[in-house]
Order: sequence, then structure tokens, then C-alpha cells
Amino acid sequence: MSGLQLEESAGFDRHTIDYIQRAAASGLYEIRGLGAKRRVPNFDDLLFLAASLSRYPLEGYRERCATKTVLGTRFASKPIDLAIPITVAGMSFGALSARVKDALGRAATEVGTSTTTGDGGMTTEERASSKTLVYQCLPSRYGFNPDDVRRADAIEIVIGQGAKPGGGGMLLGQKVNPRVARMRTLPEGVDQRSASRHPDWTGPDDLVIKIKELREITDWEKPIYVKVGATRVFNDVKLAVHAGADVVVVDGMQGGTAATQTVFIENVGIPTLAALRQAVDALEDLNMRGTVQLVISGGIRSGADVAKALAMGADVSYPPA
Amino acid sequence: MANLKPVPSAREFDLSRDSLRQLNLYLHKHAVGEGISQIRVQHPDGAHSIACGLDADLDVQIHGHVGYYVAGMNQLATVTIHGNAGPGAAENMMSGRVHVKGFASTSAGASAHGGLLVIDGDASLRCGISLKGADIVVGGSVGSFSAFMAQAGRMVICGDAEDALGDSLYEAVIYVRGRVRSLGADARFEPMTDTDRAAVKGLLSLAGRSEDPGTFKRVASAKSLYHWHADANQEY
Repeated sequence: MSGLQLEESAGFDRHTIDYIQRAAASGLYEIRGLGAKRRVPNFDDLLFLAASLSRYPLEGYRERCATKTVLGTRFASKPIDLAIPITVAGMSFGALSARVKDALGRAATEVGTSTTTGDGGMTTEERASSKTLVYQCLPSRYGFNPDDVRRADAIEIVIGQGAKPGGGGMLLGQKVNPRVARMRTLPEGVDQRSASRHPDWTGPDDLVIKIKELREITDWEKPIYVKVGATRVFNDVKLAVHAGADVVVVDGMQGGTAATQTVFIENVGIPTLAALRQAVDALEDLNMRGTVQLVISGGIRSGADVAKALAMGADVSYPPA
Repeated sequence: MANLKPVPSAREFDLSRDSLRQLNLYLHKHAVGEGISQIRVQHPDGAHSIACGLDADLDVQIHGHVGYYVAGMNQLATVTIHGNAGPGAAENMMSGRVHVKGFASTSAGASAHGGLLVIDGDASLRCGISLKGADIVVGGSVGSFSAFMAQAGRMVICGDAEDALGDSLYEAVIYVRGRVRSLGADARFEPMTDTDRAAVKGLLSLAGRSEDPGTFKRVASAKSLYHWHADANQEY
């Protein structure tokens, strides 16, 4: 017999013990980017039932499949036309460079879809390269201004993100360069923590009024999206619809972030697959499917994922930027 | 000369008869083209979003109480409320001047980037929250969490401040004359300098007030929250 051997524990496995030891030694909590990495039910767990005797097949690559998608038909006088039911989710200037924002805009424009700004405001690069640009209104309101509201094609009020529903953004000081700092009205190099609550409204009743203000400012032209991080999705989607959203965006826990606490990313929220089902149920409950469009995001990796999301009732899906 | 008629420079809207949409559309798209610079609004009766999104040098006089978001995202215009204002007055203002002659509800001047907001009476919770460069003068007192996460700009409070004044401040500076129930995280009192007294004097003058600048205290950020201590060296 050799010396003592570590008996692996299901609860205190090597990874967990390593984390505890590092946290104890450093006194620091972990932060990182991206979304949840834990195993969660996802679109791989679904399969399509294809054409056979009971369903007549299309001739692949010969017959046309309509992919045009219109968002914002409920109240906006200028809805958005997308050539495909796939679009680009918001990510902040600061987390991404101006060149990446520009590249995303070019790519989205090339395939006939939209892209989205993020925490930190709208860059001139992404506005120039994006034929259709969705402008986020976030709790921080960094860089949020009426000129860009008027330059945008739609406004997305962000209540939360799937990676960190209920949590504000974080941006390490190394990324708060002079331009980022200027756009956000922050000191250069500061470790920035965004607010988790909007500064001028506090609940769904207020949100009704906030949406109407944005409609008045934009003369009722632009679609208003409401984005929620997936938690209590059934109720949140209903409240967003009641508040007057044209489009509801639901972001599951696999959705990415530039940075937040690891423990938050892995332990808060629900997976995209479960969130989508609740969101569709909520719209059906309100008899609002087709009137309010549903955008689903978080861990969309492939055409198969997109097709499954659409089959389950989404109108559009966001793959990762 | 005899055929010349005086060109009107003012127009009146009565919100008991005209719709909010008619008013705002006129302010956004027609007033400047018609050479109208003064707009009088009667019977606002607490309506929300009056005169929001203005982008021209207009003088809007509102006679009565208003609801949420009066003069929201204002640029260039002067908006005067002869009454009280609901939540979010002058939210996200970029420039111009908004004057509430009465009291203001929550989140007055929230996230305002520029311009001057004057409130003659008291302001409720979260006045100047997320402030990004505007100036705010409050003749009365302010509620809790005022100037929460205020990033830039100046706030003059002639009365008292409730709990957590200036919580998580960045570069904004608060001048308060009365009692402060408590300061928020990372906010601290600092000595008033001649520059501070001159700033307060100037802002009070712009607001039409005459308090002695020497009776104000300065509140600013201790900057201990500018950098956090986290383990950011994890593998992605």
C-alpha cells in the first residue's frame, strides 16, 4: 500500500477545492466574461420531425423559403425589415473595439440584418456601417443622447442580460481608454461598474410611461424593444407587453457578457431553451403572438439552433456577436 | 407698409383641447419653421412627457402641474413649469434650461449631461442620479439617494439632504447648505475653496437665488471605489 490517496468528492471535487483555496489565499472574487458554462438543457436536446408521408417536403436548394422578418409592427410607424430571422445582439463599445463594432455592422448589412449597440453608447463606426442599428437604453445611460436616439432605427430598453439578470455591467479599467471614458463620462482607467436599475423609472407601471416618452421623442416612428434576462420569463414577458413593447427580447443564461462575477454567471437565471418556452406561453396567453415579436438569444450556435428556436415560436434569434 | 401684418412669435396649446402628440410634434417639427419661439401650454393637468425631445432654442412655458419626464432629453430649449413636476423632470437633458417653479418628484435631472435644472421647491428621492455633466440647483431639500452614482456636473442644495447623499459618486460635486442625514458610500465632506464658492455663487445667480455661498458644504468622492479588488485572471 502506498500513502493516502484523495478520494474524489462529488460536492467538493478538485475544481471546487481549487477555487476555495484560491479565494482563501487571495481574498478576491472571480470575474470573467462570456456566459454560463455549466451543462444546461439546450437545443441539442431537441430534434426535428421532418417531411415524410404526412408532410410534403420542399425541394432543398430549389424552392424558395421566405426568410423576411418584420419587427415593430405593433405601434411603430417605421418597423424594421430584416432579410433573415437572425440578428446581432448588443455588446458594448469598450468590451469591443470600434473596429469590431464596424465589422459587425458591415457583416450584418451584408446579409440584410441589424446590429445592436451596447452599454457605452453608439459609435460613429457602427452607425456608418450598419444599415439597421438598434440603440440600447441601459440603466447606466452611458453615452445615451437624443441625437443618437434620432439616428437609431429602433430603441431597445435593456432590463437585464441572460448572463447576469438583475446585475449591472462591469468593465475593467484597462478597457476604459480615453475614448471609452469620454463617451461614458467616466475617469480614464476606472474600474467601471454600471447601475443595475434604471435611473428614472422603477417598475412596470413606470415602464409604460418611459416607453411612451421614447415614442414621443421619436414621434412614434421607431420600434421599441424591451430586453429581459431570463429569470421569471413568463411574468416578465407579460409585463413588457403590457408596458407597450413592440418587440420583446429574452436572453437566456448562456448569453454572453464582457465581465461579471463568475458565481453570478453560473448560478443566476434560466437556460435559453426553458426561457423560450415561457416567453411563447406568455405571448399566447395574451393573444399577442405575431403582434409583439419575440427575439431569443443566449447560446444560439448554429442554423439548427435558429431553426429550433423559430419552430418553438421565436420570430428572430441572436447568435453570439 | 400698410399691408404688413405683425408676424406672431408665440403659440398657445391647451391640453384640455389639444393632444400631447399635437403639441410635441409641433415642437419637434413645425415651430422653428413657422418662426415660433415662444410656446405657452395651458391645462397640462399632470400629463406625461410634455415638451420632451426638444432640439431647438424654444421658450416653452407650462402653466400647471406636469407628470413624468417633462422636458426629457432636452437640447437647447428653455422649459419653465409653473407648477410641480412628476418623476424624471429633465431626465437626460443635454443643454438648455428647465425651471420647475414648484416641487419635483423622484429622479429629477436623472443622467442629465448638460444644461441647467432649477427646482424652486423640494426634490424627492434620487435627484441628480447618474448625473453626467448638468448643473442642478434645488431651492429646497432633496430626498434620499440624491446624486447616486453622479459622474460629472454640479448640484447645489439650498435645504437639507436625506440619507445616502452622493452614494458612489464619481467626479460630480455637491454643495449642500442644510443638514445631511447621511452620506452614501464613498462620499465625503471636503473643504470649500474660493473656486467652490465662486461656482456656488454663479449657479445661485443663474437660478435667481441669493443664499450666501459661504454657508454651503462641499461633498465629493473619496474615490476609494474607483478600483475594485477582484480576481480577473481566470481563463475564459
